[in-house]
Amino acid sequence: MMVTFEAITGRYFNLTVNDAAYRIYMEEAGSGIPLVCLHTAGSDGRQYRHLMNDPAVTDHYRVIAFDMPWHGKSNPPVGWQDQEYQLTTELYRDTVAAFCNALELDNPVVMGCSMGGRIVLHLALEQPDNFRAVIALEGADRLHPYYDTDWLHRPNVHGGEICAGYVSGQVAPQSPDEYRWETLWAYMQSGPGIFKGDLHFYWVDGHFDDRSPEIDTGRCPVYLLSGEYDSSCTPERALATADRIAGSHVSIMDGIGHFPMSENPELFRTHILPVLDTIRA
Amino acid sequence: MFDRLAAHANTDASLIRRGKRLNLDFLVGADDQDFIISIRSGRVQEVKPRSVAIESGQFAIRARSDVWREHWQPMPKRDHHDLFSMMAAGLASIDGDITPFMQNLLYFKALLAAPRGTNTEAA
Repeated sequence: MMVTFEAITGRYFNLTVNDAAYRIYMEEAGSGIPLVCLHTAGSDGRQYRHLMNDPAVTDHYRVIAFDMPWHGKSNPPVGWQDQEYQLTTELYRDTVAAFCNALELDNPVVMGCSMGGRIVLHLALEQPDNFRAVIALEGADRLHPYYDTDWLHRPNVHGGEICAGYVSGQVAPQSPDEYRWETLWAYMQSGPGIFKGDLHFYWVDGHFDDRSPEIDTGRCPVYLLSGEYDSSCTPERALATADRIAGSHVSIMDGIGHFPMSENPELFRTHILPVLDTIRA
Repeated sequence: MFDRLAAHANTDASLIRRGKRLNLDFLVGADDQDFIISIRSGRVQEVKPRSVAIESGQFAIRARSDVWREHWQPMPKRDHHDLFSMMAAGLASIDGDITPFMQNLLYFKALLAAPRGTNTEAA
């Protein structure tokens, strides 16, 4: 063959979550400790393509990224046209847990970004013995909304354009243009109302700064990494979250924004590789 | 301080393409100075100081002049690098009928960042 395939393979399977059936798309690469990667609100698992093509990671980890239901190449449930999509803490937590159970993953590490960075904290609290560690990228236990999500889904505003416009400033000015616009491309492709529905969890339903101090990092280690240019999970909010979670590890990534793995993969790997090395040690 | 906005914006073919269906006037404020910016087919047709109290444009975006200058640095500091980030940090505000702003959000972000990396004193 004249092509050089990437190390990533993609598969579909059917997953039932709380009595609803979904056709799920997942990608994976590598072997070793399962590392489940959760994409940001309004995007999909392609954000992790650089990590899945990095032998420094895949030599030690089976890196798995799946598209949440309604996202990317995963389908919404049958009858979706009569529903308004709204992600709740319970649904998100149960979807990630069902995915890990369905694949019979043994004590995986779960890493999520943004809303994914929030749900991993819920998992660390509620299912500490099921996960080897959690990594919260741009994940804090409480945020302060700074925009009105109603603009994201209305007939007189183009959904793809507004979703990209909302998050474009969340990419750091130092990040390469190629990856800035690839990150935004995924936002331009999300289904109508999906980013808005995800933000219900991220802005409204997922706060738990009152419960995060209960996380036992002796049973499930917690790593928090936040980008300097993130305007939602700001460095200050990540540090405040770390202060509330005894034994957690936190670091601030200079010159990076809200999408570290997709906006600046070269810089991100300098931050994530030491964390992954520590977890597998 | 927006004197040269037209020169910066009207040489950006990508920006003009993005705003090619856009025709409106809006207000930009820096400290206590207000400017009316007229957009026609995505181009900056005119930038002029506000002349009378009822001249408002369709919406108004305001920030301090030092915030605008930092916004135009080649590598702006955090919270200054993007219009939404400036608003999130309380460094900029928007008022009025913001529908056309939202309908053309990527355009307006790029337009107001057009002087970035140039002589910001004269922007």
